[in-house]
Amino acid sequence: MRTATEFNAAFRRQTGLAASARRVRALIRRHAYLLLKSWPRLVSMAYYPTVTMVLWAFLTVYLKPTTNFLQDAPGFFIGAVLLWDVLFRGQLGVSLTFIEEMYSRNLGNLFVSPLRLGEFIAGQLTLSVLRTLIGVGGACFFAWLLFRYSIFSLGFPLLAFFTLLLAFGWSIGLAVSAMILRWGLGAEELAWAAIFLVAPVSGVYYPIAVLPSWLQPVAWVLPSAHVFEGMREVLLEGTFPWRHFWAAASLDLIYLGIGVAIFQLAIKYARVHGKLLQMGE
Amino acid sequence: MDAFRSPRSSATSVAESDAAIVVNELRKRYDDVDAVKGISFAVRAGTTTALLGGNGAGKTTTLSMLLGVLTPTAGTISVLGCDILSDRYRVLPRMNFTSPYVDLPRRLTVGENLRVFADLYGVREPRKRIAQLAGEFDLSELLTRPYGNLSAGQRTRVSLAKALLNRPEVLLLDEPTASLDPDIGDRMRTYLEHYQAESHCTMLLASHNMGEVERMCDDVIMLREGLVVDQGSPQDLIELYGRENMEEVFLDVARGRGEDSDLGAPSREVAA
Repeated sequence: MRTATEFNAAFRRQTGLAASARRVRALIRRHAYLLLKSWPRLVSMAYYPTVTMVLWAFLTVYLKPTTNFLQDAPGFFIGAVLLWDVLFRGQLGVSLTFIEEMYSRNLGNLFVSPLRLGEFIAGQLTLSVLRTLIGVGGACFFAWLLFRYSIFSLGFPLLAFFTLLLAFGWSIGLAVSAMILRWGLGAEELAWAAIFLVAPVSGVYYPIAVLPSWLQPVAWVLPSAHVFEGMREVLLEGTFPWRHFWAAASLDLIYLGIGVAIFQLAIKYARVHGKLLQMGE
Repeated sequence: MDAFRSPRSSATSVAESDAAIVVNELRKRYDDVDAVKGISFAVRAGTTTALLGGNGAGKTTTLSMLLGVLTPTAGTISVLGCDILSDRYRVLPRMNFTSPYVDLPRRLTVGENLRVFADLYGVREPRKRIAQLAGEFDLSELLTRPYGNLSAGQRTRVSLAKALLNRPEVLLLDEPTASLDPDIGDRMRTYLEHYQAESHCTMLLASHNMGEVERMCDDVIMLREGLVVDQGSPQDLIELYGRENMEEVFLDVARGRGEDSDLGAPSREVAA
């Protein structure tokens, strides 16, 4: 048995911010090992955003001569599709990290280690940022290379939009992870499909005013609707939409809180029903 | 001194100060199935104790509750003086486990897997520790191979190495040498015995290998249908049941023999 001094020293190594950061880093290291040794995985992360971007870019080329707003803002569709992918990749980054642990039957090992739930979530969110940067970053590069469109032409608002959409993606990703833990890998399809439920009411390619009047209130409770409305304001009017920014930020906080709470409940449910050691392929 | 104690009083038969694990009136109910029906026991610090029972006796359920990944329906669990339900993170760094019910990421190499868990457990000088364990478990040649490409026996050795990364004071082992050939199995048992002798680690193992239990364990807790039906040293239980070895004792307990006779009666005492 250890002496009291040894125990105290060992306990100090397991507590505090540095210890938390080390455990989060371990989780990131685990997924980085996986990603970096598989070029097909890296390519597939950028593949879908790039192909979608190319489709919308050619549509822009086709419509631009006859469409006034595309002449004023030629990056309208490309910017929209790239930002949509920030939301999609942000959500997938959280969900797929979790699914990966389930496929590996590794949840049991993780949850009997000193890794805390908050650290597990922090790891998921960090990995989501990395996956989004790789996926959307690739598409942004090809947008510039093939169509001379730079998403960075949005300037500072880009950073705000990126953060707001990523946070909304995280909250959906956490909720989806919770559902997969609750109902098993049979619910994996949710990881790919869930986000498309909010797509029609997010106004990605059209203003919210286009929606039927009864549907518009639904749109305005989504951070994504405020972001895409704000993006159009930046592109067409050149002003930063503060009211949309604050609305989206407030809604993000609420949704993130709900996402974390749902995930916590799912972990609690899994502990009660013995799913942490049983889940797997 | 009584070598055998009544199961109901077993939690108190070991002084709390001597116990690394104390379980009291532990219950687990899944919907309409009582998997564990109010068991109590204590495991002396620095000893190896076996948790024995047939399939469905409640061994894995009990181990899962001890690890904090399964919430009990009722009862308390104290590990190294910490309540596992409310103070889990204080004690988890001092524990570890291996189980056939969990796996390691298959596409990561053995070395990568061990490095990730070394970081999770806050192991000092992780490379040195991994190299040391790789040498001891004959894994040096496998460190760069994907875990998924290993044989079942090799994976078991990796899982054991992972379980010892943080030099645990309490080690929970679910079928630790299953799928190992007799030679490797013997080496693993020898290693665990040496590790315990050096570190005074407390080990609780669930096993169906009765030779392993007789060789390694100071105490045995026999479970049947979610209840502790007997407890004592392997030798005491063999004498109590009038059998030649633990294999026969296990069969008696698993098949419920001795319930109608005085064999295995909970209050029976065996001379030390």
